Amino acid sequence: MSGNVTLTKKDFSSDQEVRWCPGCGDYAILSSVQAIFPELGIPRENFVVVSGIGCSSRFPYYMNTFGFHSIHGRAPAVASGIKIANPELSVWIATGDGDALSIGGNHIIHLMRRNVDIKVMLFNNRIYGLTKGQYSPTSEVGKKTKSTPYGSLDRPFNPLALALGSGATFVGRSIDVYAPHLKEVLGRAAKHTGTSFIEIFQNCNIFNDGAFEASREKDLRDDNVIHLKHGEPLIFGKAKDKGIRMKGPFEPEVVALGAGVSEKDLIVHDEKGSATYAFMLAQMEPPAFPVPIGVIRNVDAPVLDIAMHEQIAQITAKKGAGDLKELLYSGDTWEVR
Amino acid sequence: MDTLSTTPKSKEPVETLSCVVIRFAGDSGDGMQLTGTQFTATAAAIGNDLATFPDYPAEIRAPAGTLAGVSGFQVSFSSEDIFTPGDAPDVLVAMNPAALKANIKDLKPAGILIVNTDEFKDSELAKAGYAKNPLEDGSLAAFRVHEVDITRLTRAALKETGLPQRSQDRCRNFFALGMMYYLYHRPMDVSLRWIEQHFTKKPEFVEANKLALKGGYAYCEATELFQVTYEVPKAKLEPGTYRNISGNQAIALGFVAAAQKAGRQLFLGSYPITPASDILHELSQHKNFGVVTFQAEDEIAAIGSALGAAFAGDIGLTTTSGPGMALKMEFIGLAIMVELPLIIVNIQRGGPSTGLPTKTEQADLLQAIFGRPSEAPCIVLAARSAADCFSVAYEATRLAVKHMTPVILLSDGYIANGAEPWRLPKIEDLLPIEGNRPAGPEGFLPFSRDAETLARPWAIPGTPGLEHRIGGIEKADGTGNVSYDPINHEKMVHLRAEKVERVARDIPQAAVDGDQDGLLVLGWGSTYGAITSAVRHARTAGRRVGHLHLRHLNPMPANLGEVLARYEHVLVPEMNLGQLALLIRAKFLRNVVQLNKVQGQPFKESEIMARIEELAPAKEGARA
Repeated sequence: MSGNVTLTKKDFSSDQEVRWCPGCGDYAILSSVQAIFPELGIPRENFVVVSGIGCSSRFPYYMNTFGFHSIHGRAPAVASGIKIANPELSVWIATGDGDALSIGGNHIIHLMRRNVDIKVMLFNNRIYGLTKGQYSPTSEVGKKTKSTPYGSLDRPFNPLALALGSGATFVGRSIDVYAPHLKEVLGRAAKHTGTSFIEIFQNCNIFNDGAFEASREKDLRDDNVIHLKHGEPLIFGKAKDKGIRMKGPFEPEVVALGAGVSEKDLIVHDEKGSATYAFMLAQMEPPAFPVPIGVIRNVDAPVLDIAMHEQIAQITAKKGAGDLKELLYSGDTWEVR
Repeated sequence: MDTLSTTPKSKEPVETLSCVVIRFAGDSGDGMQLTGTQFTATAAAIGNDLATFPDYPAEIRAPAGTLAGVSGFQVSFSSEDIFTPGDAPDVLVAMNPAALKANIKDLKPAGILIVNTDEFKDSELAKAGYAKNPLEDGSLAAFRVHEVDITRLTRAALKETGLPQRSQDRCRNFFALGMMYYLYHRPMDVSLRWIEQHFTKKPEFVEANKLALKGGYAYCEATELFQVTYEVPKAKLEPGTYRNISGNQAIALGFVAAAQKAGRQLFLGSYPITPASDILHELSQHKNFGVVTFQAEDEIAAIGSALGAAFAGDIGLTTTSGPGMALKMEFIGLAIMVELPLIIVNIQRGGPSTGLPTKTEQADLLQAIFGRPSEAPCIVLAARSAADCFSVAYEATRLAVKHMTPVILLSDGYIANGAEPWRLPKIEDLLPIEGNRPAGPEGFLPFSRDAETLARPWAIPGTPGLEHRIGGIEKADGTGNVSYDPINHEKMVHLRAEKVERVARDIPQAAVDGDQDGLLVLGWGSTYGAITSAVRHARTAGRRVGHLHLRHLNPMPANLGEVLARYEHVLVPEMNLGQLALLIRAKFLRNVVQLNKVQGQPFKESEIMARIEELAPAKEGARA
């Protein structure tokens, strides 16, 4: 298989039977990923999909690429090794809220800090599914689960805020069943050089059904999400009649358009804006605000895997390619006859 | 190495000795490790055989003048083969009362003691816990004591430099070194050169340290401090080119060599930990060999990245010590499951938990062999000496790649930091490092097996047509697809075990050094030096004793059972509570005599000799 051959979605489907629960949001995500991979102009043999443990982490088995289903929380470590070993590869991580933000929290933040050129798809369903229904680090306070029969007391993580705080250079959000949007965000993530972090709202219809109902259902979506588009004002609503404006310094508010409020009063989205602005967007949560989806931040910064190989090349150019005999026989040596 | 200047004849009578042990001891800020290293470099340049034992506290700067802050460096140099840094020093250089108190118990009777009297003030004596000044109470009568006011003399030698007194005092270690160079007829060239090269950024210290070194030498010459001086001629080592090397340095070079021979990039994923960090430091310098070093966020990510790199076709390596080893175990299980080559280096230290971070122990053997959930065998190797670390690192890589399985390499703090002369290998003599490469996409199965080794093919991302998935879930033999089939699982458990067992076909048979019956001393790892010395001396003294030292702990050499059966007694010295002993009993139903020491210190030859004398029969015709 080479880069010149036109690949199709089918080329990326493995021969393994997909075994998620019927109705699981993961099916929709798998379909979107299989749809965009052939469009990226990357030979199939250069894709590597890495995962940890959890329902979402079965993902590599269903992709006809190189794949590595590793251990709980550690996909960023394995993926970093793969990408640094061979920067030619297109390395993707499929992970979940428990895998990435709980047991793997330390790895995900350092991946983003280092800006290794890896694409992270975080399937957020706000529940532990594979272990059959305990609360997760993104579950809301008060949630009743098998391990919190009287309601959860833990405050949840905001995945986007965590990514921004870790210095992520590409931060996006989409929704499992909103295929055109998800494909667009995944495609943009693929084109970014550096760590791309995409939170995907994913419905677990067995243990946490309806967690994102207002964002997922077509009828409700337009009034409950806001599409972020670079250079365009923050407008939402079925009738495009609502927007977000700045009430005070980094204090957004929802306003109705008309009656003295026009588009030019609204915040204009800037993917390359300040981290503070991006953080403000990440903090916008229902019920006070619509959920922002799309590309929240997209900036350039040095990329670790590229920098490492540049450094190796520079040092090799300076010192010359290593000569093993010279190395071993260096320092103070002496002859015994 | 340039030729060394010949040392002038001293005024004192000169005695020739075959072996001398010196211990430099001072506060951890006194530069004793440097002093010892310099003496060692000169001994190496002269052509002595040598062995060193740096012994320093875990605290970077313990309170000055206290027992906790004492740092020592012992070097043994000889005109004959030696295997240990010596049981007891012939000479002790004590830079302060605490150094004296911590070390005097080890000095040989009538040994030479050099003390820096300037530090024996009431306040310093109190910090060391001396009620009375030991220089005045007759407690040192058993030794040849030389009281030298090293601080004052160093300041006098450096008067013209204009350096502040504090800086002058930092040169005292070179004054002491100069004294030792005089006493043992050593040329100063090696150290003078080192000073010039080392202090290029602090030129004021070049002159100062040179003055201090020469000052110490001149002081002994002028004052006729010693009644006798000594020569230790060069050793008759096996012909070849030598360099002085520490275990951690040798391990690093072993992996560079292995990756070069394998034609692959070396990827080290590591997290700093004592006493393994020097491997990371060393490998970070060799980027022009295509070496990638990744300092990960923790021990788990360190091994995870190395395993990822191995999947991508690199020689994947991770280095750690006990506490880090515990954290890596889940990933080692995964490496066993996905059958990828990976090398895990454990520089053992005193434990459990934080334990004694800078002290040595070899109590992680059973962890290496068994310390994972379920049936998870892997290859386990151990290095026996600083120079041996090179060969074992190379062997670990060869076996990992050929047999497609992780390899654990055990070293320990003693040989990691200790140094000895290393006879450099010929590059062309290094064994080839070759793996099981997939033939091509036609009929490719990721878990098909080599008929001889049972190794699966190493199919590397980026290779068209070899796309496949691996993971921690049990997989079907051949296809590697997820399989929960009970019979398949049992088959795979057996296959993984058999694959490691078959490595025994690829390693040398056990060969005993010394007598082929009588007492066998069976060792592994860094006890090699002490056991070798003890066994050789015991044989000279007429005992029937042989020495077998295991490099391969899992699997063990195929003939080990037969070898053990030939002996009346088997003595197993270990720096743990009997881990190899337990394995030998379990595998061979063969009882052994244990000799165990867990003091954070290596065995002394005499400790092993004492047990040999109890157990070894006399040779025919010899008197026991």
